[in-house]
Amino acid sequence: MSAISLHRRDVLGAAMAERGDTLFVSGLGSTTWDLASFGDRPENFYLWGAMGNATMIGLGIALAQPERRVVVITGDGEMLMGMTSFSTIGAKRPSNLAICVIDNETYTETGRQPTATGLGTDLSAVAAACGFAKTAMIRTEADAKGLAQLLFRDAGPVCAVVKVVDEDLPMTVPPRDGGYLKTRFRIGLLGEEVATRP
Amino acid sequence: MDEHWSVAAHRHLKAAGVRQIGYVPDGGLRLLIERCLGDNEIETVMCATEEEAVGLSAGAWLGGQKSAVFMQSSGVGNTINAIASLISSANFPFFAIVTMRGQWGEGNPWQVPMGQAVVPTLEAVGVKTFLAESPDAVDMMIESGLRMAYSTDTPVAVLVGQKVIGSKIWTAGKAVNQ
Repeated sequence: MSAISLHRRDVLGAAMAERGDTLFVSGLGSTTWDLASFGDRPENFYLWGAMGNATMIGLGIALAQPERRVVVITGDGEMLMGMTSFSTIGAKRPSNLAICVIDNETYTETGRQPTATGLGTDLSAVAAACGFAKTAMIRTEADAKGLAQLLFRDAGPVCAVVKVVDEDLPMTVPPRDGGYLKTRFRIGLLGEEVATRP
Repeated sequence: MDEHWSVAAHRHLKAAGVRQIGYVPDGGLRLLIERCLGDNEIETVMCATEEEAVGLSAGAWLGGQKSAVFMQSSGVGNTINAIASLISSANFPFFAIVTMRGQWGEGNPWQVPMGQAVVPTLEAVGVKTFLAESPDAVDMMIESGLRMAYSTDTPVAVLVGQKVIGSKIWTAGKAVNQ
């Protein structure tokens, strides 16, 4: 197995050029800082908590908005905590949902303890075993060129795991008021009238 | 009232405009789940653990749809962090129907501690609980609970008591529903 050489913001940043009007959910911690680093927008729902629940939030949006692409960007620790949702999503098979796991094999926010993805668990293989339509393990620059296609165009459910180096990066801090993020997302998607007078 | 409580429950879910249901199966929920599975206007998501259904509910709301969560009381323990850390933190509306165990006439000692902890744990994370102990009360509380959840962005759980759904009587060799 090749050594890990990809950098999370380089790989994600290149794919983001093709995001269009994609609706995003980011897992708490590093992937929320990552998503914010590419520019704050109403279509981003950043998690500051709810560890283990990012993908199910994505499923709820995807089922409600079948014509829109929904992408969940989360970390290996967050995904490990919510691993049962792979089987739930595999059973439901939403074609407009993609999950991108930024896998540095580390619980970054809590002091860089190792996660199970460096000790044997292959999250893309778990997703494949749960019936995802498309899965990928991205380790090289060449693999990374296919990330935008996986996240934004391939029929889902998609799970793309990107192996990245564990590195200190500047924190880009998005708004942290959950009520604001929720209402902003709904207004952006549904319009003010529908979003605020349900 | 002669009809099973699930008939009125389904009617109220429809009237409130609920479009997604996240659930973990329970014997007490069987008829309500079947009714929702047979409804083309409701998307049902069978979850592996109750915590998933909390995330689904928040996602449905972000996407513009109302939802409900169905679970047995034992599953409430699996939802607490998700409710506190997502639903209450971001003021999401939330509505759950919880079928009770460990509460009235329970025959399995392993069900009692969590059954007894349902109200204090849910209330501690900001969920208003309403215990229904007759089919008429289930009918009324689901209708008014849905209104409260979606008109005031308050998390609400209607607890369907064992006086309504019965309790298992354990005898040598088999369990029977009372």
